[in-house]
Amino acid sequence: MERRAVYRNKVLPWLLIGPQLLLVLVFFYWPTSQALYWAFTLEQPWGGGNLWAGLDNFLYIFRDDRYWGTVLRSGFYALAATGLSMLVALTLASFVDRALKGTKLFQSVFIWPYAIAAPAAGVAFRFIFSPEAGLVGAINDIWPGVWDPATNGIHALAMVIVCHAWLGIGYNFVFFLAALQMIPRSINEAGAMDGARPFRRMLDLQLPLIAPTAFFLLIMNIISSFTDSFGLIDTMTEGGPIGQTEVMVYKIYVDGFKGLDYSGAAAQSIILMLLVIGLTFIQFKWVERRVHYN
Amino acid sequence: MAQITIKGVKKNYAKTAVIHGVDVTIEAGEFVVILGPSGCGKSTLLRMIAGLEEISGGEIAIGGKVVNDLEPRERGCAMVFQNYALYPHMTVRQNIGYSLKVAKVAKAARDARVMKVAQAVSLEPYLDRRPGELSGGQRQRVAMARAMVREPKVFLFDEPFSNLDAKLRVAMRAEVRRLHRDLGVTSVFVTHDQTEAMTLADKLIIMNAGKVEQIGKPTEVYNNPASRFVADFIGSPAMNLFEGEFDAEGQFVHGTGGRMNVSQLNGVRQPGRKVVLGVRPEGVRRTGADTHGAIPAVVDYVEELGASRLIHADANGSRIVALDNDTSEIKSGTPVHLSLADSALHLFSLEDGRRISH
Repeated sequence: MERRAVYRNKVLPWLLIGPQLLLVLVFFYWPTSQALYWAFTLEQPWGGGNLWAGLDNFLYIFRDDRYWGTVLRSGFYALAATGLSMLVALTLASFVDRALKGTKLFQSVFIWPYAIAAPAAGVAFRFIFSPEAGLVGAINDIWPGVWDPATNGIHALAMVIVCHAWLGIGYNFVFFLAALQMIPRSINEAGAMDGARPFRRMLDLQLPLIAPTAFFLLIMNIISSFTDSFGLIDTMTEGGPIGQTEVMVYKIYVDGFKGLDYSGAAAQSIILMLLVIGLTFIQFKWVERRVHYN
Repeated sequence: MAQITIKGVKKNYAKTAVIHGVDVTIEAGEFVVILGPSGCGKSTLLRMIAGLEEISGGEIAIGGKVVNDLEPRERGCAMVFQNYALYPHMTVRQNIGYSLKVAKVAKAARDARVMKVAQAVSLEPYLDRRPGELSGGQRQRVAMARAMVREPKVFLFDEPFSNLDAKLRVAMRAEVRRLHRDLGVTSVFVTHDQTEAMTLADKLIIMNAGKVEQIGKPTEVYNNPASRFVADFIGSPAMNLFEGEFDAEGQFVHGTGGRMNVSQLNGVRQPGRKVVLGVRPEGVRRTGADTHGAIPAVVDYVEELGASRLIHADANGSRIVALDNDTSEIKSGTPVHLSLADSALHLFSLEDGRRISH
């Protein structure tokens, strides 16, 4: 039996969880319940009375081709940003784990980008990727017009995805490195004695052993790409050109705050929330069932 | 089967030297045990043979080929690790067969070889289990099978039994010995357990503080320890060691002034020479007071071993342990007389700890 410490005082525990509870209530449950209410009613743009709309808001969204466009775009965005970020992070982590020169320095350097707020990074990357003046724009001097995120939707989306991936590398790196360092050194050495070269050992021994961490990161990255992409897109492209970088979360903002369609935006945010809840659920289910070796 | 020659091998970590030049030749087919206290560099030496540790100086050759710059996979060694280092996500079959898979051995041939070694260590019923579902002894056998399946030129064992309980350790010892007899592969076995070392070794290498103290057959090392360290380290109960010097009459004066008649040590009893006198507990006998050269002592306490007992006594300020086969009762505080058997005396220089032959 597990022994638990029990509070005799009935008030103290509530005081202790109070601040956290208050934060969650004010910044999550209250807005969520408000969104839920709006999603099933027709809310007037300037307030003052609303009509019960049932599922009409949702049906309207599902019939909208433009909405499905953002869903597809979000899916692509999620896979591309997650894949890119995790791949780079894993590569860096395995180099650091192999204790190459400068490991101590890189261990801390690689986490720094995670500390940068998305809008700040967005502004910085806007300069870097700017076709007229930026670092990347320099290729326009060689081949004029080859890079143009301002009018080319594919360029714009690629730019945002690269920036998103870059921001996540630090986070992914730290988890990957921790997972790699959890593997006993002797397993790697046994692999070396068995004749496997470093890359083979990576595939056969290290990757299977860090699979739980990789799965966790996969889910976290996808969730982050659904929600955190807002700050980047808003500073870098504002959804443009002609809506070609508009992902689900950005469309909620545009429809709600630019288009003043509160009900439609609320319904979309409920859908997005369900998606994130679903992913989180998968994550928890999997974490519970995941294989514990030894 | 391959001979291993180690010439002037050194190991430094940054500025710290941990192995200061080791010279050993391990003959083909020999079972060599490297024995020493923890931190003496024995595992580092083994890992340098394996190729897991870079060699800072000197040369290691396996089968006549210098391996200093070869990767582990090119050296033809197989290793059994202290914590087994099994691949936790693979079945026993996959664990054993991994090296063959890497070497691109066809599946049928691979399965046949895995089955053969699994039989040799009685693992067939467990082939489809994961290491996590096995007991310590079974995991140990998987580790050995994994080493055997490659048919290596050299087996390296890095304290492989230190995680097993005492009974299993004895059983595994016998198994390793049997496998060595059957396969005849050159084996290097590292341990800090002297019983393990004495029972397994054809040749014993005693290491201390990054240096080789003595190389020899277990009985040679036991009977003729080359240094005070070896004398103290080998043998249980440990050898009695007395620091002292010879007086003008050639008597040995120890510790707080007690004298011992050691006339048998002829030729080395220069007065004033500072030495360490060693005698194993089985070389200390209880004797009558009138015996020539008997040392008076007082019994401190008695350790019963069943068939025999150890008498811990105080001889004028020096502790002396005698192995006694007499079963008559003896109490603390009883005065006794002890004599030292001629053949059991060892003499070491106090200065450098080396043996003084006599």
